[in-house]
Amino acid sequence: MKDTLLPVAHVFAMVIMVFAVIMLAPLVLAIWGLDPALWAFVVSAFATFVIGALLWLGTRRFKRELKTRDGLMLVALTWVALPAVAGFPLWSYLPIHFTDAYFEATSGLTTTGGTVLSGLELLPRSINLWRHLLSWIGGMGIIVLAVAILPLLGVGGMQIYRAEMPGPMKDSKLTPRIGQTAKLLWAVYAGLTVCCILSLKLVGMQWFDAVCAGFSALSLGGFSNYDANIGHFDSVPIELVLTAFEVLAALNFATHYLAWSQRGVRAYFRDSEAKAILAALIVSCLGIAGFLLLKGTYPDFPTALRYATFNVISIATTSGLHTQDYALWPTFAPMWMIFLSCIIASSGSTGGGIKMIRTLILAKQANRELNQLVHPNLVRPLKVGGSVIANRVVFAVLAFVFLYFMSVTTLIFVQLASGLDFITALSAIIACINNAGPGLGAVGPGSNYGVLNDFQTWVCSAAMLLGRLEVFTILVLFTPTLWRK
Amino acid sequence: MKIIILGAGQVGRTAAYHLSREEANDVTVIDSNEEILRDLQDRLDIRTVTGNAASPRVLESAGIGNTDILVALTNSDEVNMLACQIAWTLYRTPKKIARVRSADYTSRDRLFGESGVAVDVWISPEQLVTEYVARLIRYPGALQVLDFADGRVRLVGIRARQGGPLVGEELRTLRVHIPNIDARVAAIYRAGKTIKPEGTTVIADGDEVFFLAASKDIRAVMREMRREEAPVRRVVIAGGGNIGFRLASELEAKNQVKLIERDPRRARRISEQLKSTTVLQGDAADEELLLEENIDSADVFAALTNSEEANILSAMLAKRLGAHKVMALINKPSYAELIESGSIDIAISPQTVTIGSLLAHVRHGDVVRVHSLRRGAAEALEVVVHGDADNSRVIGRRIEDITLPEGTTLGAVVRGEDVIIAHHDITVQPDDHLILFLTDRRHLEAVEKLFQGSASFL
Repeated sequence: MKDTLLPVAHVFAMVIMVFAVIMLAPLVLAIWGLDPALWAFVVSAFATFVIGALLWLGTRRFKRELKTRDGLMLVALTWVALPAVAGFPLWSYLPIHFTDAYFEATSGLTTTGGTVLSGLELLPRSINLWRHLLSWIGGMGIIVLAVAILPLLGVGGMQIYRAEMPGPMKDSKLTPRIGQTAKLLWAVYAGLTVCCILSLKLVGMQWFDAVCAGFSALSLGGFSNYDANIGHFDSVPIELVLTAFEVLAALNFATHYLAWSQRGVRAYFRDSEAKAILAALIVSCLGIAGFLLLKGTYPDFPTALRYATFNVISIATTSGLHTQDYALWPTFAPMWMIFLSCIIASSGSTGGGIKMIRTLILAKQANRELNQLVHPNLVRPLKVGGSVIANRVVFAVLAFVFLYFMSVTTLIFVQLASGLDFITALSAIIACINNAGPGLGAVGPGSNYGVLNDFQTWVCSAAMLLGRLEVFTILVLFTPTLWRK
Repeated sequence: MKIIILGAGQVGRTAAYHLSREEANDVTVIDSNEEILRDLQDRLDIRTVTGNAASPRVLESAGIGNTDILVALTNSDEVNMLACQIAWTLYRTPKKIARVRSADYTSRDRLFGESGVAVDVWISPEQLVTEYVARLIRYPGALQVLDFADGRVRLVGIRARQGGPLVGEELRTLRVHIPNIDARVAAIYRAGKTIKPEGTTVIADGDEVFFLAASKDIRAVMREMRREEAPVRRVVIAGGGNIGFRLASELEAKNQVKLIERDPRRARRISEQLKSTTVLQGDAADEELLLEENIDSADVFAALTNSEEANILSAMLAKRLGAHKVMALINKPSYAELIESGSIDIAISPQTVTIGSLLAHVRHGDVVRVHSLRRGAAEALEVVVHGDADNSRVIGRRIEDITLPEGTTLGAVVRGEDVIIAHHDITVQPDDHLILFLTDRRHLEAVEKLFQGSASFL
């Protein structure tokens, strides 16, 4: 236990110190705007740095090269413990409990976007910036960031990277060096974010609102600095820009890099995930728009299409931005959106859920089984996008999907037992584990997670972490073999 | 540098390990075995690509377009040569190194180069290992004998033993003991730790001493460190594979060589090609066979089969049956460490022998030869200095004025045909070959910088 945890804590200490530096961003904003949260950030940044430094000094003796299990441990530890640190400014400034501060920070870092706060427009700008910044950093991944900027994670970095990057096949690197790959991914991510912010400014948003919305869109977070979320702006151009960038963020960033380095869109046509995602989104938007028109929710097709497009794509890509209280739409529509949030996002994107590649693999595997029944001697490899998927990957995907559904079911039962109603429990857990954001019922877009009691809030926090780290990384902490010598 | 390695066999994996360990290198390994690659990628910070090494499509997906060096190390000579040719014809890869085993190819000079197959450098691990073992046999008592400047200077590793005149004395007395001979002690290892060799350092029994000397002087210096051993006459080789066969043909003129090969057909084939070697068909770990062939009077028993476990066992057995000195070919570094402290005298690691010839090509500056030592922890380099006194940090300076990084010794200077053992008052001139010994290869970058100094001014 001591030998396993302390060397990892040594590296984690460095991540904490990096985090203290990141806290300077809202701090500077607070100084500049003379806002009341200034002291909260001064104290938090200082305390965070001191905690990090003490931990670093205290564990210096145990410094060694990280092994596979250390990598897993580091990622899990970082994601479980960092929200406590990240929630510090919220906790020290706002009149909320630690539980809620942890939830809010987790929701940010995991890019879920569900909030326990209300009266968002009244919060100091520095607090709002911090919430969105958490989302943005969590989007591409804390550890991927650490791998990019801290050279010490070079060796053994692949395991760490694998534990955090979403998707079943993580062996392909853009460059031979893991550090460079991480840098490239962050560069693409940051570049797209800047493009998004500039576009939002261009279509009429204030700088601060554009930064917040841009961070939310690219990280597929879903936080907003308004209670009414994007509905506050009530602007078609803004919605279009955000929709476009959400779709980009839900695609594989490696594909973006390839497309950029080849100066063409061919990479997207070769990415079978991207094609499936776009097809599913277009069909769903048109279908739901038609459905809403049919049910008379909206008077005409253009209006229905506008609201359907933005909200469906937002929830499906697990962003969670919204313009309408879609929970009030006829049940089919929100249920379909929640279903999409489970499968739409691509591997290597900032989205959550099962991921499109796993869906494709399972669908093809099911098809293979069916064909096998008809032709018992059939030999057919499982191919996605022309390349053969090894059986090992198929098994891993099956195991993942099983664990994912078992986690969802178990947590829903826990929430039901704690007294939540069925629709709220179901939607809250699915929205949290997919890192989508708002659920339905009591936690719908018209309300927020503030209505849950402490226990229920912790369960939701756990669901978000499980979803962000794709279940395995968290569950492996509970396997006795990890802790044995 | 961007490097692509073809083949993840023993040599390929070692190359990937050594090359990726240097911060400046981006390494991609191509192999057809996905399992090996996955395992390799878990341990090293490299990229792997699964597929046929000589296929343009696979090479492209490994990024051959902007690769600086292609190292073809698959176990097929033909694949290696073809891959180099493809890399040159289609992608103009600047440097192509291929492993070519068959002497059938390597003995024809015109085959490679400008108008032939586009291989810039060929290496034959078997040949390198054979030469290495042959040198060890030529200098009995040496742990390692490494060539520099085409064999004019040699670096010798030797274990000092009571009985050598220098043992128990200060190093500076070496010049008194052998006045006409110049040598330079580059490093001393005592109980696994390095000791900086200075004039007042006293050599103790059991020290591992590395010294540099002109080839003709080596025996004289070795005599200082331990009682001279009689020249080797009777050699028994276990294993008639590539290395065993080559070694036998190299030694058979001057020594009495016996070669034990298990496979009857192979035994027959090599017996047809060898002249005076006694080829025996049988198991090298068969006690009766060894006794029958008078193993107790053998000066050297060299176990060179493909299986390292068999090598270890047969070498241990030979030692127990009375062979004077036993050597075993061992791939795993961990095994080598285990047995060198035990009953086997010398563990020969083919990768360490081979890797040096690859490393020379990735170094910055004009490095002509690299020998990896002590399982990669130390390194000996031969560097050519270019430029003039204005743009180089070493040319025109006396050796005492050059600040070398920690743990680095400048052992010898080769100027044209002359070998000059490095003394403090020697001035470095352009185009000198300097021979350096690094006890800690972590200072490698600093050394490279020192000799590369001129590049930034050009």
